[in-house]
Amino acid sequence: MEHMRFDLGSTEQIPPGQGRCFKIGALDVAVFRGRDGRLFAIENRCPHRGGPLAEGIIGATQVVCPLHGHKFDLTTGQGSEARECVKTFEVSQENENIVIGLALTLKDRRAYENCQSGTP
Amino acid sequence: MDKKKIVVIGNGMAGARVVEEILGRAPDKFDFVMFGAEPYGNYNRILLSNVLNQTQEADDIFINPLSWYKENGIILHAGIKAVQIDTGRKVVIGRELHPQAAAYAVHDDQFLPGKSVEEAYDYVIIATGSRPFVPPMDGFGGEGTFLFRTIDDCGRIAEYAKQCKKAVVIGGGLLGLEAARGLMTHNLEVTVVEAAPQLMPAQLDAESAQMLKRTMEAMGLTVLLDHKTAQIHRVDGRMHSLIFSNGATTPADLLVVSAGIRPITEVASNSGLTVNKGIVCNDQMRTSDPFIYALGECVEHRGKLYGLVDPIWDQARVLADVISGFNPQAAYQGSKIGTKLKVMGVELMSLGQKEAAGPGDEVVVYREPNRGIYKKIIVRDNKLHGVILLGDTTAGDVLMQMFLNEQNVPESRSDLLFGDVKGTAFIRAADLPDGAQICNCNGVSKKTICEAISSGCETVASIGARTKAGKGCGSCRSMIAQIIEAKLGVVSYDPSEHYYVPGIPLEKSQLIAQIKAQHLKSVSAVFQALAAGKEDADSKAGLASLLKTIWPKDYEDQRDARFINDRVHANIQKDGTFSVVPRIYGGVTSADELMRIAQTAVKYKAKMVKITGGQRIDLLGIKKEDLPAVWKDLGMPSGHAYTKAFRTCKSCVGTDFCRFGVGDSIALAQKIERRFQGIESPHKMKLATAGCPRNCSEAYVKDLGAVAIEGGRWEIYVGGAAGGSVRKGDLLCTVNDHDEVLKYMGRFMEYYREHAKYMERTYTFVERIGIDVLKGILIDDSLGIALKLDERIQTAVDAYKDPWKEADIPVYPAQFEGPKLMDALKEAENNG
Repeated sequence: MEHMRFDLGSTEQIPPGQGRCFKIGALDVAVFRGRDGRLFAIENRCPHRGGPLAEGIIGATQVVCPLHGHKFDLTTGQGSEARECVKTFEVSQENENIVIGLALTLKDRRAYENCQSGTP
Repeated sequence: MDKKKIVVIGNGMAGARVVEEILGRAPDKFDFVMFGAEPYGNYNRILLSNVLNQTQEADDIFINPLSWYKENGIILHAGIKAVQIDTGRKVVIGRELHPQAAAYAVHDDQFLPGKSVEEAYDYVIIATGSRPFVPPMDGFGGEGTFLFRTIDDCGRIAEYAKQCKKAVVIGGGLLGLEAARGLMTHNLEVTVVEAAPQLMPAQLDAESAQMLKRTMEAMGLTVLLDHKTAQIHRVDGRMHSLIFSNGATTPADLLVVSAGIRPITEVASNSGLTVNKGIVCNDQMRTSDPFIYALGECVEHRGKLYGLVDPIWDQARVLADVISGFNPQAAYQGSKIGTKLKVMGVELMSLGQKEAAGPGDEVVVYREPNRGIYKKIIVRDNKLHGVILLGDTTAGDVLMQMFLNEQNVPESRSDLLFGDVKGTAFIRAADLPDGAQICNCNGVSKKTICEAISSGCETVASIGARTKAGKGCGSCRSMIAQIIEAKLGVVSYDPSEHYYVPGIPLEKSQLIAQIKAQHLKSVSAVFQALAAGKEDADSKAGLASLLKTIWPKDYEDQRDARFINDRVHANIQKDGTFSVVPRIYGGVTSADELMRIAQTAVKYKAKMVKITGGQRIDLLGIKKEDLPAVWKDLGMPSGHAYTKAFRTCKSCVGTDFCRFGVGDSIALAQKIERRFQGIESPHKMKLATAGCPRNCSEAYVKDLGAVAIEGGRWEIYVGGAAGGSVRKGDLLCTVNDHDEVLKYMGRFMEYYREHAKYMERTYTFVERIGIDVLKGILIDDSLGIALKLDERIQTAVDAYKDPWKEADIPVYPAQFEGPKLMDALKEAENNG
């Protein structure tokens, strides 16, 4: 495991109150930007049936999966259904940009480096 | 561990259910082989009469399609009938049935020549069900005579009925009357013949049966009681009439026999098992052979045979407990029988005995012949021993619980007959046994509810969220409240049940008043003003739709408050792609449009092109990124097949081509769609227009429907449903022309928009408000608001913009973009 921090670019890419999916190597991360400016990042896959959480409606600290309405806490990843939770990632705003911290496994790291060097 | 092999004989509801129950307990312990004499997956036989009367397609009544067998690794010998179990070698022997043979046939000549099929077994489960009983008569079996038992029977009857005028049904029981109802929809004159002196002898007493007979006769049915058919008389080979044992005759060119059922037991008797009236089973559902079990209509348990589904479900659970080792001591104790049903549209319930058994039995009766209502209860030792309700079964659910759970009845017997949902207080939920099923819609027991209470649920709503109890029809909610009260002493009052949306503590009328008074025009403004800024995810979509209703012109559309479908104007599918349904007004398209649709489907690689139930065309599997280009290439407006709004108006061909049409339904449907397209509402609205009362476009079962009647007039129906719930709409009014249809439909829609709860379909709304009240408000203008409603719906219509126009100018950045690929990712400087 290796901890890395990535600059995902301007916060303006995400409309206020919505989410957006960023593909980082093999990882799909849903980043949300609350109307109050808070940022959240979780894995973009509902453990129930694989729904794209980035497309969900959010509340103060909660997202609702657009497929079947399962809910997840954006800060802890805990789901509304027993035994369901999603990974959360550190995220912060630095100079108007979104910065995300990831603990990458070796495999993720390779996929990321492959992207960087342009090899498939 | 080696898997054991279970061979199931019979692929009806009982056979498939017991396999499901076993799989639920021990998914990997057994291999299954099933023999099914019918060449299908298994289907819900209870709904067969709907297939005959054409309210359902045969495809709709399958419970487990053939794919279910494959997914669960079950080998199905469809069309193969098991004829014998060789208990010495432990193999089941089956033979292939002739495709034309009835699955329940008795004779050996029904089999195809050729090799038999053999399956070795560890255990056998016999679930062969029953066959129709044919009373002895001369001439049955020839052309024009039918039984009513399988899907194929329905098809054969419907086909033959085309050339007939007069049909006779032998059997005045439940199935006979259902068959008669089905035949009447084929425009036949129908006579029901019953050997007993009354209709439905298994469920009704003489007086209620007489009342039912009068109701049936008023519907156009002829009923002959005390008649036994002796002979079918034919002229030139074709059926001419029936001759009865008393010498009377009645003309007939089609005969359906539906006079009860008898268990199918040959495979058991051929195999040396003990068979009496049915296959004899003990409390573990085991036959006289320790490796062979049985359940369902073929079984005799403690001397009783059962022909209803509930006992079969009980038997399936016990059998699965025993055979899977889950609970080898499980015991079936027999079932108390209660039936609640509709015969030809008449509500009926029957429990226990029909007549007093002795002088100690107290009988209470209420009659209202004018409305066809009859209620009778029989009380012994302060417990219910019999109930008959005809014409009005509102008290039925309560009585059923009291009967099944053997509860003491209240002193005032009239409470029993006239209780409503609130009146359930006299059932003491605390007295119910743990296993009692409280929520019949979702199958939740008292035990499950008690566990939810122990784990911290204190309100009816929170128990619903945890267990799904009370989330179906809702009639058990007062019982749930009682269980909470019994356990905790108090029910926490949960006012949130009445909030329009969960995150704002106001009912709809209060919420609307606040929004108007404070001029709140966006969802975030509502949260700021009414919820101290705390945003609630579950409230956003409902608020957005409500704001658009209140401020049609100047509502501030914050897309983050919208469900994804309404952000991008397409319906999200399970793989994250979208479905695109362009509007096709009244279901009328053109060759040009079809070519554009086809070209678009090819260009954007639609994964499926599907004709929808609403007479439109659905392109499935479209990527979000492609939506704007797809809309532009189609060059058609949005069909709104994704939002809580006016969806579509189906139509039949009306007067343009149909030789029966009495009103121009196509032109009306197109006017309706052009006027109301995209109008948002608390839930979706699906409409239809029918050019005559034959109802080909299903207008009677739509949220709003217009049906042309002779004389150029139109009937408007509201609150119909044909989804998970089925309800015929209530007649709101009859009007003279298309413009009036538009006016009253618009008025109803606006009232629904302003007064329905969020996610409340029109069928619940109309039932909740009551059609008479609605007529008063919308037709007689009893509140003086009719013109205001007309004005407000007009404003909404005027404010409509086709959302697919956003193809040119997205309303927010990345509206139609997919995941962002971080291929040039830069590592952030680590400055702390």
